[in-house]
Amino acid sequence: MAEIDGGGGGGKHKGKKRGKKLSTRVDFTPMVDLGFLLITFFMLTTSMNKPQTMEINMPVKEDITPEEESKVKASQAITLLLAKDDKVVYYFINPKTGEPETPMITDYSKGGIRATLLKESKSRNPYVDSIAVYKQQLNIGQINEATYRANTNRIKGWKDGLIVVIKASDKSKYKNMIDILDEMLICNIGRYAIVDITDVELEMLKGVNLD
Amino acid sequence: MPKVKVPRKSTSVDMTAMTDVAFLLLTFFMLATKFKPDEPVVVDTPSSISEIKLPESDVIQLTIDKDNRVFFGIDGQQTKEEILKRMGEKYSVKFTDAQIKEFSLLSTFGVPIAQLPALLNMKSEERLKAPQPGVPCDSLNNELADWIWQSRLVNNKVRVAVKGDRETGYPVVKQVIATLQDKKVNRFNFITSMEKAE
Repeated sequence: MAEIDGGGGGGKHKGKKRGKKLSTRVDFTPMVDLGFLLITFFMLTTSMNKPQTMEINMPVKEDITPEEESKVKASQAITLLLAKDDKVVYYFINPKTGEPETPMITDYSKGGIRATLLKESKSRNPYVDSIAVYKQQLNIGQINEATYRANTNRIKGWKDGLIVVIKASDKSKYKNMIDILDEMLICNIGRYAIVDITDVELEMLKGVNLD
Repeated sequence: MPKVKVPRKSTSVDMTAMTDVAFLLLTFFMLATKFKPDEPVVVDTPSSISEIKLPESDVIQLTIDKDNRVFFGIDGQQTKEEILKRMGEKYSVKFTDAQIKEFSLLSTFGVPIAQLPALLNMKSEERLKAPQPGVPCDSLNNELADWIWQSRLVNNKVRVAVKGDRETGYPVVKQVIATLQDKKVNRFNFITSMEKAE
């Protein structure tokens, strides 16, 4: 114990006159109060955890030539147009005619754009499902981080895999863009790009009343 | 029959141990945390499943609030002083030593550089209330680009983190991204809050 017991009952002795011995016990209750008050203060005024971030690589602006752009096979690409009111319009390019197919409207829910992306991704890249298996193996420690990275990067970079072209209209919100980038992570899509929307696509949005 | 005497026990408890615990926790919180920077705007970030953490230092934070205003913030007091001096030279705005000192303590701001001296003259409480129109970043007057460029000249390790509000419109985000690309920042981060993967 922290206090020194000086003997509480000093006054009962007879005979020699002594100075009254006072107890050195101190009541610590106010100090505890103070301590907890300060803890509360620090807990409220400080930020504990670092924020989460999402990394994105944009292409270098001037280095894109038309020849490089057209390297993508039309059948591989899906174009997502982020429209107003939290809606997504997506369409494919018909590989035979080179014309865009009928646009479809969906939303950001689990059964919406995610289902489409997963289905399309799976049909083009047979190994997409194994990413989940690798992830599980990583979690239980069967494979190490480097192996996991190498394997997932190999699958994500699959030559004939789905390529997602994200085009946000001016009516869409920042949240929509983050949501769609999040879907790229969830669906393990390795190849995607954020591209400016074109007039043709704006017309397309007008056609479905989402301009 | 004699009465059974129940010895009276003191109800006072020794508080020393509790004090120890309280101050231990206090010490922990003081060491493990840092103060929240006082931001002029509250931003509700969208959520994502990404688990990458933002680095603690050398970060340019571009805050975009729901009224589409852009705020610029960077860490490091010396870095900030140096950037302000360079920006002052470029835009021929004179800053006093006191203003430079004040700027080095400012976490984030959102005014055109011409209004910056006035903002720095305010007391910190006044500054929080003062209207900040945002750093201009349109194609006519892109001060944001210069802030980013000078920051990168002063500290070449900086990373750019964009912190936008959920309701921020896409055009301003596009403008900021275009500015970044223009200044050859092709790799940057979006600050998000946590979300559980389904």
